[in-house]
Amino acid sequence: MEQHAEVLIGAAWHRRVPTWRDAVATLLVLAIVILLGSGAHQMVGHFVTTEQPRISLSPNALPAYALRTTLRMLAALVASLIFTFIYATPAAKSRRAETVLIPLLDVLQSVPVLGYLSFTVVFFVSLFPGTSLGPELAAIFAIFTAQAWNMAFSFYQSLITVPTDLDEASRSFRFSGWQRFWRLEVPFAMPGLVWNMMMSMSGGWFFVVASEAISVGNIQIALPGIGSYVALAIQQRDLAGVGWAIVAMTVTILIYDQLLFRPLVAWADKFRFEQTAALVVPRSWVLDLFRGASLLRLLGEPIDQAVQASLRARLALPRKPRWLADFAPPRRAVDVAWYGFLLASLGYVGRKLVQFAEPALSWGDVTIAVGDGVLTLLRVVILIALATVIWVPIGVGVGLRPKLAEKVQPVAQFLAAFPANLLFPVAVFLIVKFALNPKIWLSPLMILGTQWYILFNVIAGASAFPSDFREAAASFRIRGWRWWRQVMLPGIFPYYVTGAITASGGAWNASIVSEAVSWGPTKLSGSGLGAYIARMTEAGDYPRIALGVAVMSVFVITMNRLLWRPLYAFAQRRTRLD
Amino acid sequence: MDAKPNSPIIEMRKVCKAFAKPSGEPMPVLADIDLTLREGEILGLLGRSGSGKSTLLRIAGGLITPTSGDVLYRGAPLSEPAEGIAVVFQSFALFPWLTVLENVEAGLDALGLAHDEAKRRAMSAIDLIGLDGFQSAYPRELSGGMRQRVGFARAIVIEPVLLLMDEPFSALDVLTAETLRTDFLDLWVERQLPTKSVLLVTHNIEEAVMMCDRILVLSSNPGRIAAEIQVRLPHPRNRLDTEFHNIVDEFYSILTSRTMESVGALSQLHGGLAQPLSPVPTNRLAGFIEALASSSYEAHAELARIAGALGLDIRDLFPIAEALHILEFAELKDGTIKLTAAGRVFAQSGTEERKRLFREHLLGFVPLAAHIRHVLDEREGHLAPRVRFESELEDHLNPNDTEKTLRAVIGWGRYAELFSYDDETKMFTARDRP
Repeated sequence: MEQHAEVLIGAAWHRRVPTWRDAVATLLVLAIVILLGSGAHQMVGHFVTTEQPRISLSPNALPAYALRTTLRMLAALVASLIFTFIYATPAAKSRRAETVLIPLLDVLQSVPVLGYLSFTVVFFVSLFPGTSLGPELAAIFAIFTAQAWNMAFSFYQSLITVPTDLDEASRSFRFSGWQRFWRLEVPFAMPGLVWNMMMSMSGGWFFVVASEAISVGNIQIALPGIGSYVALAIQQRDLAGVGWAIVAMTVTILIYDQLLFRPLVAWADKFRFEQTAALVVPRSWVLDLFRGASLLRLLGEPIDQAVQASLRARLALPRKPRWLADFAPPRRAVDVAWYGFLLASLGYVGRKLVQFAEPALSWGDVTIAVGDGVLTLLRVVILIALATVIWVPIGVGVGLRPKLAEKVQPVAQFLAAFPANLLFPVAVFLIVKFALNPKIWLSPLMILGTQWYILFNVIAGASAFPSDFREAAASFRIRGWRWWRQVMLPGIFPYYVTGAITASGGAWNASIVSEAVSWGPTKLSGSGLGAYIARMTEAGDYPRIALGVAVMSVFVITMNRLLWRPLYAFAQRRTRLD
Repeated sequence: MDAKPNSPIIEMRKVCKAFAKPSGEPMPVLADIDLTLREGEILGLLGRSGSGKSTLLRIAGGLITPTSGDVLYRGAPLSEPAEGIAVVFQSFALFPWLTVLENVEAGLDALGLAHDEAKRRAMSAIDLIGLDGFQSAYPRELSGGMRQRVGFARAIVIEPVLLLMDEPFSALDVLTAETLRTDFLDLWVERQLPTKSVLLVTHNIEEAVMMCDRILVLSSNPGRIAAEIQVRLPHPRNRLDTEFHNIVDEFYSILTSRTMESVGALSQLHGGLAQPLSPVPTNRLAGFIEALASSSYEAHAELARIAGALGLDIRDLFPIAEALHILEFAELKDGTIKLTAAGRVFAQSGTEERKRLFREHLLGFVPLAAHIRHVLDEREGHLAPRVRFESELEDHLNPNDTEKTLRAVIGWGRYAELFSYDDETKMFTARDRP
């Protein structure tokens, strides 16, 4: 979910139209996921669902569940961070690696998160038969797939935009690669990375619910956690249970925010690249507490020094021996070899895919999936439009009143982080009770969680709107519709686009959860691509899951490239004064 | 350290540098540079923007490799940043996330020094450069002058043999820059620095004469060494000295004659279309004409004097003077500028009259403007796309100059109401004149 959050830190996008690279990368991702999945699928015969701990619906069990869920989130976050460093660094440093890694990342982040889950769960479960480690890892991996991509993107964007003068200074000091990484690159990327970690976290909460109670084909797993609790509550039509889960989740997110992200943001403030002092310095009582605790500091000192020393150590690779340095094959030759290799692996992968799909799929399947995709696309477009009409005026109204904005902004951010799927049962309960048409009334669920991105970005835009523009508009007595069209809307446009991109990406992702929902034995389906994937997942029909996921990726990428990126570029260009 | 007195620190032979244009063809920035930087001297590189002086400094630092030619650092070929070379940057290039002390220590980390030793050396550099008491501050808390002091401390802490300074004072205000210059010169003259020689890039003539023992003037497009001047004045130098003044004047003469030469030569080529223009806003041109016409100059001034009075450095001054010269509102000669008759009329006129006069001169003396107007008149609908002129110009100019020249002609054409231009559609349109 939360894809393209990197735009929030003002990084530039390069390409605007879909290129051959996207096609190639789509192919690669699909192939890897399918090969992993089908390979593991064959082993599934040996799999015996282990003694699973029974999930309790007692509210007393919730704190322990919340803790387990949070631990999974943290583990996934750490994994995402490591992945980010390992993946984005070569992508930014090597031209040849970049041609593969970046389009791949683009596709990876447009694959709906639950698409990974259905393929990888079997793999992980069969990796550690007989223990709960397999399902645990599968859940963590699912959360990881909701978190990692935009972090890697943000890091990559930072690496390629390292200011020239700092780059030259580091080179003239002759920093080793290791020193450069920790002294220049990581600190420079830190603000964007922290922001994206927060975005990732909200994405993770959303899918933690889905990834703890896994049901793929004949595999049924329920890991102890809030997600399983909710799943059970839904199964047993326990509305009070759902209520308790919502309370637990709210408290968990608040604690997490206070204990982890607030301090992180306050700490990362020193990595801001602007040389001017900030008007509002982010603060955190936790960080102040730790900074003020002298005993703790005393204990922490040796650790701090050890970390510092290791980050400052040269750790340079041995210099290339002279004969190797002198041996430099012509660039073109290496290029030809590299692209030849890529082409060959592509051919192999393509053949495998065809072999996999041919016996199981027909063109009829493709037509159905694409038709469903169009339906979901229609929903996304209408919902974004609706959310825009509702939240833009409200956001502007709030943003222009600093006192109010100060109070509303954290609430909007909290709502964006809150896993909206916890509220789905409530909605389903209402739909069933009033016998509403699920095709229409299930749709708003898609945007329930992500509409807040529009709201808080618009608030941010309106608060940042220069007051002299407003005063000029007032002194020329520009009012009413003209005021919106000529003054305010152009002013908040770049912020709005950023919010809308995130909201639309999130809506696509959420469609899998929201187009097909259940309440006890009652199953509601809104049809659409999300419902299609959900249905196929339940049936364990791998070729069709793959098809659905592929179609969704194509829709998302196309929409990003043809609509959002040009809009974003336009916003960047038009609203710049210099 | 074991080098003989006056032995060369940096030698360059036939150094050329070209960057690739987007189209792939090379765009020369530096051509045939021969220079020797000896021990004990401060060598200045002076030139207008686009003369490649910063590129030359980066080549000397091993940050950029030349396209051809040899660079020797203490007798050995230089291909990457070498030990003993430190750079002071125009933008300071401090790490915002490190404190002053950590910034200074950063230079030592790369040498693999033990932390205690690094800290001791950093503290003594901080002492020397006058940053005592600021060790734990972050750069964003400091003023520009203090930030550049950190830049200096960070450079000298590694005890460099060669100090490269890339316009180190140009981001500072006049007073701060002067203080920093004097402080640096004091340390240099008293031999408190371990540094053997300094390469200083600047566009400020007085600064060059103030600090350098020898100054190279670079011409533009591509950068070549156009002149070399020795400054044998003893330190501390006084700006009010006649001798000082004479050297400064000499530079203005050299730079004007270089400007004249290039204007003269290029206006002859390709019907004048190859003449690169600098986009000087018309308000600046008018302001300069008015200043020159005022009673304090009476239409005739030494460039050195009027530059000082108006607070213009050569980056600002020469484009204005050159534009006025091309438009024949003024005449440049031997470091002086003189209003023409038209220039004097312009100074006296009101808005409409000025525009009319400007239009006439634009049509008469800027062939590109006349060409655009001609094409617009010929065409049905009086429309012409920007690309058309762009591709014509790119036959003679590099993309950067093409862009600047078009920007200049668009700005001037709009003021003269000769044509208008829509940046959205990238189209020129004829404007009906009254």
